[in-house]
Amino acid sequence: MYSEKYQESLAAVSAARTKNIAMEPERMTAKQKEDLLAAYHPDYKASEFSVLKIGPNKGDKVPHELAEMLQAHSRISASDIDLSSPDYETDVLVIGAGGAGTSAAIEAHEAGADVIIVTKLRMGDANTMMAEGGIQAADKPNDSPAIHFVDAFGGGHFAAKRDLLAKLVCDAPEAISWLSDLGVEFDKEADGTMVTTHGGGTSRKRMHAAKDYSGAEIMRTLRDEVLNRKIPVIDFTSAIELILDDSGKAAGAVLMNMETKELLVAKAKTVIIATGGAGRMHYQGFPTSNHYGATADGLVLGYRAGAKLLYAETLQYHPTGAAHPEQIFGALVTEKVRSLGAKLVNRNGEVFMHPLETRDVTAASIIRECSDRDNGIETGNGTAVWLDTPMIEEIGGEGTIEKRIPAMMRMFEKYGIDIRKEPILVYPTLHYQNGGLDINVNGMTTNVENLFVAGEAVGGIHGKNRLMGNSLLDIIVFGRNAGINAAKAAKTTEIGSLTLKHVDAFEKEIMDAGIETDAVSPKLLPDYTRKVNA
Amino acid sequence: MEKMVNIFLFGKKYEVPANLTIMTAMEYAGYQLVRGCGCRNGFCGACATIYRIKGDRELKACLACQTTVEDNMYIATLPFFPLVKEVYDINKISVNESVMMQLYPEIYACVGCNACTKACTQELNVMQYIAYAQRGEFEKCAEESFDCVMCGVCSSRCPAGISHPQVAMLARRINGKYLAPGCGHLEDRVKEIKNGDFNDLIESLMQKPVEELKELYNTREIEK
Repeated sequence: MYSEKYQESLAAVSAARTKNIAMEPERMTAKQKEDLLAAYHPDYKASEFSVLKIGPNKGDKVPHELAEMLQAHSRISASDIDLSSPDYETDVLVIGAGGAGTSAAIEAHEAGADVIIVTKLRMGDANTMMAEGGIQAADKPNDSPAIHFVDAFGGGHFAAKRDLLAKLVCDAPEAISWLSDLGVEFDKEADGTMVTTHGGGTSRKRMHAAKDYSGAEIMRTLRDEVLNRKIPVIDFTSAIELILDDSGKAAGAVLMNMETKELLVAKAKTVIIATGGAGRMHYQGFPTSNHYGATADGLVLGYRAGAKLLYAETLQYHPTGAAHPEQIFGALVTEKVRSLGAKLVNRNGEVFMHPLETRDVTAASIIRECSDRDNGIETGNGTAVWLDTPMIEEIGGEGTIEKRIPAMMRMFEKYGIDIRKEPILVYPTLHYQNGGLDINVNGMTTNVENLFVAGEAVGGIHGKNRLMGNSLLDIIVFGRNAGINAAKAAKTTEIGSLTLKHVDAFEKEIMDAGIETDAVSPKLLPDYTRKVNA
Repeated sequence: MEKMVNIFLFGKKYEVPANLTIMTAMEYAGYQLVRGCGCRNGFCGACATIYRIKGDRELKACLACQTTVEDNMYIATLPFFPLVKEVYDINKISVNESVMMQLYPEIYACVGCNACTKACTQELNVMQYIAYAQRGEFEKCAEESFDCVMCGVCSSRCPAGISHPQVAMLARRINGKYLAPGCGHLEDRVKEIKNGDFNDLIESLMQKPVEELKELYNTREIEK
């Protein structure tokens, strides 16, 4: 149910629906896309970025909010911590318990290593859990890893590290197979053929899904497997600094109990950062589709220990965040809604673009529609465009929405909106950190030995924009990869004496660069409390 | 002036804007959440909450991130519930009801009170999926329970001590691994890749100048 102020526009959308379903909007040319991005995509807004003054990426631009965290004080000084009697000792320490961390832990355990997972919330409190649309893999006869490569490389603006991307696409079918074998339920036809759809920027239908709970289905299965293997999970405990040994290898982490604030030391032969994304940094004031703990912690931990970042200046704004009602402002409306046929429509009922352009292009196009073109709909929380969901039922038949996107139906139903009958209001929301720590194809950072990274904290797999369905894929492929290689490296690693010298050295760099800040990092959690006495 | 309502967090009264969710109302009241807050979007089950509206006898359950506050709402969060999770080897279990008898025998003590279904924050027919599990009808159990976020409210209300979400989890894994039809095109593709069938093609893409890749991308054929 929409209030009176929306009715005129709703009538226009409804009146044009049949015509809009039949129409096949043109795709934009390469030049049109470039111009659109430069004018409207948030990544191109120079005033929103700072130049880093210290650290491995000195001189590079990153969002203000990230620069503040990367150049903030540690929560500890080296002298606070007694490294001589660790609270935990293990072969492989996995920091983060989302899809990447749990995949890594399972594979490291399978390889015979002792593994410990630490996570600042619960296992599974991660963006993986919220990924709705699906996971890509080129496993249909008309598709191939090479076609997948070209789609992803172009979608990422030809900036991906090619060896990482090649691994992503070539290991994709096996990743699906591995998940199936663990018991993940993919949508299939009666004969076992995978039900696959397009995502923005794909040239073949290779999006595999588990309704619109794809990530949740994967995450809960991986979590169950970690529990079955009795891999220790230290929850509500964050890593706040990496520990190195005297030869500069990663050798553990300083941990903090999130509730009691007790500090603990974990010593490990190898460390895997799988801390996820950064939506809760709210870059440029955007709302986010991310989980509560998405605060770029892994980037900060790695950066202070000397690891390099790649493409940290590029973020993904998912084109369709919920713009109304305000209780779900910024929540993800899966791209699968468009895969199933819903088009983007402006205030006047006009389709203003092809619905399956890449995410960055689609987001920029919506921002243009709502700003310079002034064809948006006022919501009280800004402007928005319509995503015409009833088209799905007309194209796919009655019941398609309930069967294929039940989570979306439920999310809006709670606020009296039946998406089978009425369209929904959307606007871009901060969704994904394209950049992150720079790794080699074995999953190890390029310049800190025995420090591995997997999942959203990695930079370079996707280039400067990621296609739908390649993130669930990358957490599995590179999570498993990191687990296997970290277990292997652990076998030959002799740990020297532990040190936190790099923490004090970084503090000195802050001083020497004349950076004046009260900020401490990693951020760990956003602060949404109302400041009554402020 | 925005409309305000009175809510009672663990019995203590706070005045909050009427358009907030229970979760954002707690933050408005000054709580910095650590427990009971995960995805904030209805997928993770971290924020199970029970409430009663003053004067109403019925105890309701919900997810705090998905529920708007109401006037005179008495709220208690349930950020953790001790579910029983039995461990098993997915590669070695039997694929019939005997696995349930072995791991979760308490499901056969279900008294049919339906409190689980009434309490479900996802409005699932919980008692029905437990019935399917009892009979070894795992495919039906998997389908009926698919939208479960494992918040545990059902189990908190169960007189038989059943850990419904874990029972359903087991059924879904059995269904996904053993009962769902196998996928021929996936198996074929995995073999082809292992066999190195795409190596040359991928290698050529690795070496191509960016301009050529741009041409390839911009002129690629898109499946309708």
